[in-house]
Amino acid sequence: MSPQENSPPVRGSLLVERVFKKRGSVQVLEDVTLEVRPGEFVTLLGPSGCGKTTLLRLVAGLDEVDAGRISVSGGDVTTLKAHLRPVHTVFQSYALFPHLSVFENVAFGLRIRNRADDELRTRVAKALAAVHLEGFDSRTPAEISGGQGQRVALARALVLEPDILLLDEPLAALDAQLRSSMRSELVQLQRSLGITFILVTHDLEEAIECSSRIAVMREGRIAQYAAPEDIFERPSSVYVARLVGMENILDGRVVARSGTGARVDLGFAEVDIRAAPPGENVKIGLHGEHIRIAPAGAGLHGTVTEVRYLGEATRCQVRVGGTTLVANVSPREVVRAGDEVSLNIEPGSWIGLGP
Amino acid sequence: MKSSRLLFPAFATLLVLFVVPQLMLLSQSGDGSVWQRLLDPLYATIFGRSVAMALGTTVVTLLVGFPVAWALVRAVPPRWRGSFLLLVTLPLWTSVLVKLYAWVFLLRSGGLLSQFLTLLGSDSPSLLYTTTAVALGQLYIELPYMILPIYASLERIDSSLVDAAHDLGAGPMRTLARVVVPIAAPGIVAGCVLVFVPSLGSVLVPDLLGGAKTAWVGTLITSQFGQARDPAFGSAMAFTLSVLTLGAFLVFGRFLRKAQE
Repeated sequence: MSPQENSPPVRGSLLVERVFKKRGSVQVLEDVTLEVRPGEFVTLLGPSGCGKTTLLRLVAGLDEVDAGRISVSGGDVTTLKAHLRPVHTVFQSYALFPHLSVFENVAFGLRIRNRADDELRTRVAKALAAVHLEGFDSRTPAEISGGQGQRVALARALVLEPDILLLDEPLAALDAQLRSSMRSELVQLQRSLGITFILVTHDLEEAIECSSRIAVMREGRIAQYAAPEDIFERPSSVYVARLVGMENILDGRVVARSGTGARVDLGFAEVDIRAAPPGENVKIGLHGEHIRIAPAGAGLHGTVTEVRYLGEATRCQVRVGGTTLVANVSPREVVRAGDEVSLNIEPGSWIGLGP
Repeated sequence: MKSSRLLFPAFATLLVLFVVPQLMLLSQSGDGSVWQRLLDPLYATIFGRSVAMALGTTVVTLLVGFPVAWALVRAVPPRWRGSFLLLVTLPLWTSVLVKLYAWVFLLRSGGLLSQFLTLLGSDSPSLLYTTTAVALGQLYIELPYMILPIYASLERIDSSLVDAAHDLGAGPMRTLARVVVPIAAPGIVAGCVLVFVPSLGSVLVPDLLGGAKTAWVGTLITSQFGQARDPAFGSAMAFTLSVLTLGAFLVFGRFLRKAQE
């Protein structure tokens, strides 16, 4: 089957196939394949230097691939220059034209396309209304705030009705409060417009709240591509598990296998995992939320060594045999360091982690 | 006001070094008969020729200098930019006189250029003492003064603005016309002023490369204070040149304001 038959010829789809990109002597992207369905909100998540912005620039056409193919809405755009692609970008720095007013910034792409004055006015006004920026037409970029600049950048790209909107860390420059309100606004905007959004961020919370799927990137490769709850609950590797803040990552030894699952000895207990990585010695992960602490009784025994109040949860370190487990419990529960406790771990919450 | 106090040194300098000398020139120019002589069509021709040469120099150095500056910013990697910029400024390290004598050797009959032209089958052995020679010399001397301010203004343009223009559908030429040139306008106007003004009153280039065949404003004024022993007439011409230059400034200034709107 050729890749072309793979990609549905529908507006808003993206297919990145086996893309490589080198910058100087650094392999920034290595064999990256990514498929995005029309109307999806996909986040590229990873630390700086993982290649997420480079991937975005390749999709935008601002850089050229070394090898591989990029298709937008079913059409091959690999060799198409940026100004001819049906894809528009909200830049991290917003990149507003300083010599043009807010209105003219938003109108820029329409003027390039020689749209009639009437149509241009209507569309610019509509785009500015969509981002709640009425009445700012004649201001210059120097005369508006960061949050407003962000909205202008959004309106400037959306007014052209792109097949895909690319957002490069659009919220990074905003303060925490504004960021969270812009985040939900972004999600609403995407839902109402139905345009495919691809967002680059290093913020896990942002990725989880906004996306239909998250592509976790690591050193130029995609480490895991799945829905937010899968990324969070079932990270495929130690790397992703650390990224989503999985508190307990332990070494284990496989004692029995059945199908894809296995029974793993952790030293203090034997646990069952549904998908086991190959090999005898494996890494096992568990979210701190899946551990319940009860007064000493039946089950796994341990001693609380440290308690930290974190607001939404209380983080307890519990010594079990030779291992320390981290449990996030409700702040209403009264736990003190030195307490002897029983740990109840929900069955099936242990996850086998690949390298 | 505080801000007007800050402007005082600039105004004082301007007054002492520009306005007062200009008024001295004016007072030197004597009675009306001197000004009457200026109305002779001969001088209008010479002024016109000099203005045309200065304008031509400005336009050509702009057409050459802008792409050079743009290439320096966009095509040369940052770590090489310093070296390339050094090459641009290299001619400024020597005296104009030395550089022009080098051109004399290049252009004279039997010189490098005429040897080359002979090889191509041309029978014009010498370019020296022609208007072409003056134009070449003028371009050569003025080019760095066009490149440097334009480079400075282009370098400050965030590359993401160029990316954004491409991203929004503007090809390379439209990006230049709608984003790069308007933002770099102050640098472009500065380059034009820095080239146009000295070109208009240029003395050395026409003197050394143009011979004595054609008269230019600069050489004409100089000769009034020398061989012609007519400082009054020289003063009148010099004052007129200043007024013309000031007029050019105002036109450039208006262009700049328009570009920024």
